Amino acid sequence: MSLEQEVELIRQFPIFSKIQPAMQKLLCFSSERLTYEAGQVMFRAGDAADAAYIVIDGQVDITVPTSTGAILVNQLKRNDIIGEIAIFGDVPRTATATAMTRMEALRISKEMFTNVIRENPDAALELIKILAARLANTTAQLSRRAPG
Amino acid sequence: MERTLFKFITRYSKREQLLIVPFVVASMVVYFLSLDLPKTIINQAIQGHSFPNPDSVASFLRFSFTLPALLGGGRVTPFDGFELSRLPYLFALCVTFLTLIVINGLLKLRINTMKGWLGERMLRRLRFQLFDHILRFPLPRFRRVKAAEMASMIKDEIEPLGGFIGDSVITPLFLGGQALTALFFIVYQNIALGMVALGVVAVQTVVIPKLRRRLLFLAKARQLGARQLAGRIAECVDGVAEIHAHGTSNYERAEFSDRLGRLFRIRFEFYQRKFFIKFLNNFLSQMTPFIFYSIGGYLVIVGRLDIGALVAVIAAYKDLPSPVKELIDWDQRRLDVSIKYSQVIEQFTVEDLMPTAVQDMVEVPAVPREGVLRAANLTLVDESGAKAIEGVSFEIPLHEHVALVGGHGSGTTELAQLVARLVFPTNGSLEIGGIDVTRAPEALTGRTFAYVGTPSYLFPLSVRDNLIYGLKHRPIREAEYEGEALSARRFQLREAERTGTPLYDINAQWVDYDAAGVSGPDEMDARILEVLHVVDLDEAIFELGLRSAVDESHGEALRDRMLGAREAMRERLESLNIQDWVERFDPAQYNRNATLAENLLFGTPVGRTFDIENLAANAYVRRVLDETGLTDELLRIGHKVAETMVELFSGLPPGHEFFERFSFIRHEDLPSYQALLARILESGLKGIGNADRDQLLALPFKLSPARHRLGLLDDALQARVLDARRYFAQHLPENLTSAVEFFDPQRYNTAASLQDNILFGKIVTGQAEAATRIGALLRQVLDELGLRPLVTSIGLDYQVGTGGARLAAADRQKVAIARALLKRPAVLVLDHAAAILDPASQSRALGRVLDYRKGQAVIWALSRAEFSERFDKVLVLERGKLAEHGAFESLKCTDGLLHKLLNPA
Repeated sequence: MSLEQEVELIRQFPIFSKIQPAMQKLLCFSSERLTYEAGQVMFRAGDAADAAYIVIDGQVDITVPTSTGAILVNQLKRNDIIGEIAIFGDVPRTATATAMTRMEALRISKEMFTNVIRENPDAALELIKILAARLANTTAQLSRRAPG
Repeated sequence: MERTLFKFITRYSKREQLLIVPFVVASMVVYFLSLDLPKTIINQAIQGHSFPNPDSVASFLRFSFTLPALLGGGRVTPFDGFELSRLPYLFALCVTFLTLIVINGLLKLRINTMKGWLGERMLRRLRFQLFDHILRFPLPRFRRVKAAEMASMIKDEIEPLGGFIGDSVITPLFLGGQALTALFFIVYQNIALGMVALGVVAVQTVVIPKLRRRLLFLAKARQLGARQLAGRIAECVDGVAEIHAHGTSNYERAEFSDRLGRLFRIRFEFYQRKFFIKFLNNFLSQMTPFIFYSIGGYLVIVGRLDIGALVAVIAAYKDLPSPVKELIDWDQRRLDVSIKYSQVIEQFTVEDLMPTAVQDMVEVPAVPREGVLRAANLTLVDESGAKAIEGVSFEIPLHEHVALVGGHGSGTTELAQLVARLVFPTNGSLEIGGIDVTRAPEALTGRTFAYVGTPSYLFPLSVRDNLIYGLKHRPIREAEYEGEALSARRFQLREAERTGTPLYDINAQWVDYDAAGVSGPDEMDARILEVLHVVDLDEAIFELGLRSAVDESHGEALRDRMLGAREAMRERLESLNIQDWVERFDPAQYNRNATLAENLLFGTPVGRTFDIENLAANAYVRRVLDETGLTDELLRIGHKVAETMVELFSGLPPGHEFFERFSFIRHEDLPSYQALLARILESGLKGIGNADRDQLLALPFKLSPARHRLGLLDDALQARVLDARRYFAQHLPENLTSAVEFFDPQRYNTAASLQDNILFGKIVTGQAEAATRIGALLRQVLDELGLRPLVTSIGLDYQVGTGGARLAAADRQKVAIARALLKRPAVLVLDHAAAILDPASQSRALGRVLDYRKGQAVIWALSRAEFSERFDKVLVLERGKLAEHGAFESLKCTDGLLHKLLNPA
């Protein structure tokens, strides 16, 4: 897959869709295309969050380690994005990502990502929208679980 | 050293100066004769005074003189000469004249050569003596000297001295003799003319030196200024980080410019005066012939002087001003170099210079390794007169480990240096195994003690040479010479003896293998590995080895073993089914993880000819592209790359790190590429000039399909690059074959690093964590093949650079500790030697060194008091005095100083 195709790919994500084409291209050009073998760990809970990943092909399991063993919290596949929120807070990864099949991903570094957000208010707005949606989602989940 | 230059000259060159004197005297005699002869030629032969008749004859080479009255007077003629007629007589006289000139020339040649030798010998002696002084300066002295100024003095400032010393006696003798001879000759011909000449000379010799006095002062000021300039440059180089950090570069510029301005001001006045004096001098000497022509001509006309004598006087006078002038010059130089000499000597004169005996190469007894190290009443008074160490006494058994602790300014460093005998105590004594070493020669202390300070200095040599540096106390075995080398060595020995420089041979075997506990060079590496392991440096040196290229000198065996490792690595990757993590160099395949430049060259450049960064500019490469029809294709791709780069990076601010990391074009070059793209738009790719083509062609060479994913290098093009690769190798001109070493799966590549030879390919960029894993596998494979010691020993050849700058600071310090361990000293003194390491490494280094030195004395000045727990004994210092000493456990419990150091409030 060439750069052009990668640009097509990231355009599908709301965060990136509204930024200028040149910026989208630069984003792809400066990102790494990585291949993971089945079973290879992309990052572990507790690692520093230094990049976001877009799955190009293959499947990734997101698990959270607990005292009773890892719990599967999500399964990601082609065109999913991983870890884009975590890189904005200086907190370690909260979950572990493991490639379940041979997998290809575009690794967008934290600095590139912040650079995009800083220079594109529209992208920042998209990010805020996503955060707001997640917050609402979490609040809803909490209120459902709350006793009474 | 001699206080004045002339004392130095008399002391060391009297004999050689005297040897030249006979030549000078002989040359004077010849000179006089050659002045007298023209008179005879003109008067007797040309004007024919000796030939009153056509068939008269004259006597040639007649030798007669008048006896003094004391011996009865009268004329004696031992040789009556040959009878010659007029023309033969003229030619005989002319040939004699020519002979005199030749003899005089040869004498001058001899004198000059001897003077040159003499001067160089004396310069050598002086330089050596000054350097010898530096080696004998007491350590504290170095706080006040500037290295650059010392170097400038020894190298440049005394350089003119060498030239002058050759001239110091001979020149005044020679020139004075010449001037006196000429003057005497003129007076002898005619008193009046002689008086005129004498008058002019008198003015020259009295007035001009007076005018020149100011010049001397200026020259001195300039010398000092120039020396300080050298010192200042060194200061700026040393403190360059501070200059950048504080943004004071313009302050430094102003300062430097000011110095240059002052130097110029001195020279400005200097030239003004110098050339005025020159003018005066020339005027005086050229005015005299005017007097000669007028007065001399008058005398000839009235018949009181013959014409031959006048011509001879004028000829003699022509020779007079220049010796006089040179004599004045000589006097000027004498004053100048005398001042230089005393100024330099002043800098090198220190009262507390170590006596030469301390560094003499003497046979010393082996110091017993058992017994005690006894310090009695050690006191050290520093330069300000304060007592840095006061009355410290202790006894340490030579098998114990002792910690020196104390707060800031407690004197632990000073005591460590005293114990290692780096400085002499002002009072008190130091004794080891019953031998008093307080004033012992360094031949003994250098082998008995090892001292590691902070920071330690590494010489700009290989790691190995730095490690064995501590073993080079004296030549162990003389070098053997044969044939020409032997006569060259004999010549050097003779000269060394003549100039008072040492006769030791740098080519001798200096490394004392016994001291390191090995029998010879073959066992040395194993010993070195042992100490490297102790200081935890073996892995780092192994890494350096992996990154080194190994040349032919290491022999066939090494190359074969590395090829074996290449094969083993390939098998290992295959067995793990990750062989595609490394894309191997295959002559028949385009390597997608390598750049186009690497693919085309398909080898490692040797030297700068095929510099991979600049390959597109190489004339042969361009020829290959033209011949294989790739040029236009690559221009097209270059155009696309330029477009993409301009599109991607134009929006970024200058200095953005992405330029460095991702762009093919530097930010400052963007406008020029933008203009280039506009020109292409206007006149098409074919229409652009050569400079534009060069610029475009450079771009695709940096492309690597796997990494850049621009989709510009398709399969068809890759195949054509493969053709070009083959063409490149087949048609490579003879004179370029040594500029590249091609990749060959069956051959070892001497230009590439060991690691590149073993991998023989590119780690695939897109494979997550491939680099880390491949690196680990590579080490594993090398360990299994038992190649680690070999690679480490290649790493030992790594050049550490000036002051060890090519090593990390912590590694430098580790090398210094390893160097101290290697010589197996009776007492190892570590002066805050590990303080530069991080606490964990410090603790580890401490433990390993102490383990390694079990049963042998270690004295360690510690920065962290808690480490003293691991020592047999602790000495606690406070303001230079020994406050407490004893075992850690007992001191810890008392409410003493150690307790306070361990538990700061």
